[in-house]
Amino acid sequence: MTFIKAYSAPELSRKEILRYAGCKSETDLPEGFLEACLNEALPVFSYKVCYSVFDMKVKDDECDFSAFKVKSKDLAKNLGSAKNAVVFAATVGVGIDRLISKYGEISPSKAVTIAAIGAERIESLCNTFCEDIKREYKTELKPRFSPGYGDLSLSVQKDIFSVLNCQKHIGLTLVDSMLMSPTKSVTAIAGFTEKPQGNTKKCEICENKNCLYKGDI
Amino acid sequence: MNFCDFLRDNIVCFDGGTGTLLQEKGLAPGELPELWNITHADIITGIHKAYFDAGSNVVCTNTFGANTLKFSDGQLDKIINAAIENAKSAAKESKADGEKFIALDIGPSGKLLKPLGDLDFEDAVSVYAKTVKLGVKYGADLILIETMNDSYETKAALLAAKENSDLPVIVSNAYGEDGKLLTGAEPQAMVALLEGMGVTALGANCSAGPGQLSPIIEEILNIASVPVILKPNAGLPKSVGGKTVYDVTPDDFASEISALIKKGVRIAGGCCGTTPEYIKALKKEIEKLSPVHIEKKSITMVSSYAKTVKFSSEPILIGERINPTGKKRFKEALKANDINYILREGIGQKEKGAHILDVNVGLPEIDEVLTLKNAVSALQAVVDLPLQIDTSNISAMESALRIYNGKALINSVNGKKESTASVFPLVKKYGGAVVALTLDESGIPETASGRVKIAKKILAEAEKYGIDKKDIIFDTLALTVSADKDAAKVTLEAAKIIKEELGCNTSLGISNVSFGLPSREAVNSLFFALALENGLTAAIINPYSAEMMKTYYTYRALKGLDENFEEYIAAAENFGDVKGQVLQDGKDVSNLKEAVIKGLSGESGGYTKELIKTMSPLDIVNKEIIPALNKVGEDFEAKRVYLPQLLMSAEAAKAAFEVIKTAVADTQSHKTKETFIIATVKGDIHDIGKNIVKLLLENYGFNVVDLGKDVLPQVIVEKTIELHAPFVGLSALMTTTVEAMEETIRLLRKSAPWCKIVVGGAVLTKDYAEKIGADKYAKDAMEAVRFAQSEKGRKCKNII
Repeated sequence: MTFIKAYSAPELSRKEILRYAGCKSETDLPEGFLEACLNEALPVFSYKVCYSVFDMKVKDDECDFSAFKVKSKDLAKNLGSAKNAVVFAATVGVGIDRLISKYGEISPSKAVTIAAIGAERIESLCNTFCEDIKREYKTELKPRFSPGYGDLSLSVQKDIFSVLNCQKHIGLTLVDSMLMSPTKSVTAIAGFTEKPQGNTKKCEICENKNCLYKGDI
Repeated sequence: MNFCDFLRDNIVCFDGGTGTLLQEKGLAPGELPELWNITHADIITGIHKAYFDAGSNVVCTNTFGANTLKFSDGQLDKIINAAIENAKSAAKESKADGEKFIALDIGPSGKLLKPLGDLDFEDAVSVYAKTVKLGVKYGADLILIETMNDSYETKAALLAAKENSDLPVIVSNAYGEDGKLLTGAEPQAMVALLEGMGVTALGANCSAGPGQLSPIIEEILNIASVPVILKPNAGLPKSVGGKTVYDVTPDDFASEISALIKKGVRIAGGCCGTTPEYIKALKKEIEKLSPVHIEKKSITMVSSYAKTVKFSSEPILIGERINPTGKKRFKEALKANDINYILREGIGQKEKGAHILDVNVGLPEIDEVLTLKNAVSALQAVVDLPLQIDTSNISAMESALRIYNGKALINSVNGKKESTASVFPLVKKYGGAVVALTLDESGIPETASGRVKIAKKILAEAEKYGIDKKDIIFDTLALTVSADKDAAKVTLEAAKIIKEELGCNTSLGISNVSFGLPSREAVNSLFFALALENGLTAAIINPYSAEMMKTYYTYRALKGLDENFEEYIAAAENFGDVKGQVLQDGKDVSNLKEAVIKGLSGESGGYTKELIKTMSPLDIVNKEIIPALNKVGEDFEAKRVYLPQLLMSAEAAKAAFEVIKTAVADTQSHKTKETFIIATVKGDIHDIGKNIVKLLLENYGFNVVDLGKDVLPQVIVEKTIELHAPFVGLSALMTTTVEAMEETIRLLRKSAPWCKIVVGGAVLTKDYAEKIGADKYAKDAMEAVRFAQSEKGRKCKNII
């Protein structure tokens, strides 16, 4: 069974927005610029998630979610001995895409900043949702894993979309090339576990050596 | 009895949900339920029969996702054949009294339409057309288009139904908890769109329980002139101990719907979570009620993908700026196929307070059919104002109306036989309100009574096509007062009579009146005020004109339309002189170079206007703009400034170039510039990166031809050959779309070996770019510019 959750605005991190916009700090932007972008962008978001919780098992590099099976070494490693996993699709809606495309034509600086706000919003929505699942199912979650991470093929999108019926439930659609529309959306799998996961520093597993933010995240 | 006859005098009971029932019977997650029509015909027939037994007058076939995006043509034929047979068997087997009808059920395609997604509007129409034709072939009694959460896709499905059948069509949308469709349409906008296209009934289903849907249904009941359908869920699904439970009981469900039937709902049933038990309870309530008379509403409205504009006592401003007449710079933009110029005009007019945008791209040298369609597509993707399709080219009018996402205002029809015969069929088919000019074969009558007579003739003609008078808006033609001293008086008198005696709305193109006179703004604004006082409902004006906007806000304030003068006071802040506005950013910069470096577009444009009086355009570019851009570019490369700042400077430079272009519109030619073709490759719908590169390249003097996003390799190749373009830039975001990039490069090497190919995008690396055969991997926009400049410099020095 697929469930739907609608959220009001999750917690906002300006630091993350600046990172997505390619800036170091708010002083890199003219005074009031980020505020103006936020004022325009925040009202257009609509935060929705649809999800199912599956019984699952991992055998070698095959992850079996009963409704669908996936071959991926990296996902298998991530899920480990999990017996259940939540498969979810989250979106902040299509309004932000219209706004980005409006400013893409008349003011790319705003488009970049508004796209950064969108990226921060969808990540924040996923975090909020995962915290909810932890509470509801009285569990901890492995770090969420999305199609395209490591060796997990993007074609898994097809399975996730068909199992969750994302179009009907949250209006999320799949483009032929496996990209999603609305673009500020995430699909992911997170295994249930008993052990608290702590905060793995993403920088430690990232291979990019020349990143402006190396060590920050 | 046919369905429409039954609907006329009865409350119609539909069936309930099937998804939940099928899951109970073993449908696995991800399994396609439509196949069960063939593999589990007995179960499907059993569910339909249970609904007929419970009292449903209509059951919907199990074909929600039956379309050619999911099934082959052959499979689809079999599925729809079986689905309708299952419903027919159920109708035969059920012993229940009452009329029994079968609705061909059509749900969303699962795709989002372009430009937000990748399904083309016409392709969507074709997909739905196949399903509709099969429904007709196998004997459905009516069509239900349901759970649609996008207005554009709804239009595609309805158009397919109308073009391929004579069956009654009911359209039901799924509204979110914010009361809108996922892509933004409010219920009123859907009523405008659907009624315009001649739907049999409309309403809402799915999303939530009857209680949560009631405000939406009441809003629809208030303005709809056709029967209203309601098919809510059994409340919201909740997970209780791993099981799914809906929170509204059958009795509560029935009584909540009953309350809405008393308010006018004519067709009721259930959606997710409802079962024959719910329908039985509902039918019991329906039997106690008699249908409420459906009142014909005479509300004139037009809509965009999101919003509705109603013609009432509130004056409506139609922005006139998207029209090349008398605008050299606009003509240049049209010839160069610069749709972004039109977008800027659209967005700008909205910001100045326009309610509707007139769109006229008529120019002898261009393909008007294609350009109008492109302009409408581009505008409706980013501006939520309704559009006025303004053309005398009937093919252009039709192609624009067809792809328009809403109910358009159409400009125009007139009293000539030829005009009504060509325009009215389009209004009838695609919906729309149409501006009718009071002239005919014998010209424009000199008297008000003559113009009113033509208005009556047009109304009589519209009636023959089944077009209601609420959708005719008369333009009594503002003529040049300097040529005839009574011209304005006659126009106003005719408008007044039409409003008062015929009960129709009116619209006027204001500025004609002052042609040939000095201080035209003074004449225009007073004429506008007089027209409003004579009952004018809409005016085509320039929203950038301070005088016109002053008149508008003042009129509303004086007529009691502006509570506490709030809007007047807010607008009055901008009534001041224009100079103040140009330097609105108020930052302390003292010249153009600084303005560009600091990224202040307003100042940059302002200083350029001053400079161009004393300095040659070439000097402004070479001595002011380019050095400023170089400074910012170097700072960006040295990580002293970041991307948003780089872009702000680029935008400021663009504002300066815009001033220069306007000043030299008739001498400037693109031929002296190097052409750089740019596109996001097939399959990819991201275009920020591409837009950034484009902006920077334009600033550095390249003629950038932007082919957009999700572009087929062949299209890029053909354009490169056609323009013999020396540069092609390709952008891709994901690994899956990099393949399309590789394919594009392969074809370019074969057919356009002269061109240099620059690639960029999130997943690309230098190595990968080399592997797929690109000439250059640009890690950011500046690097793309530097490469193009160095290549250009090698070929031919001193082009800029």
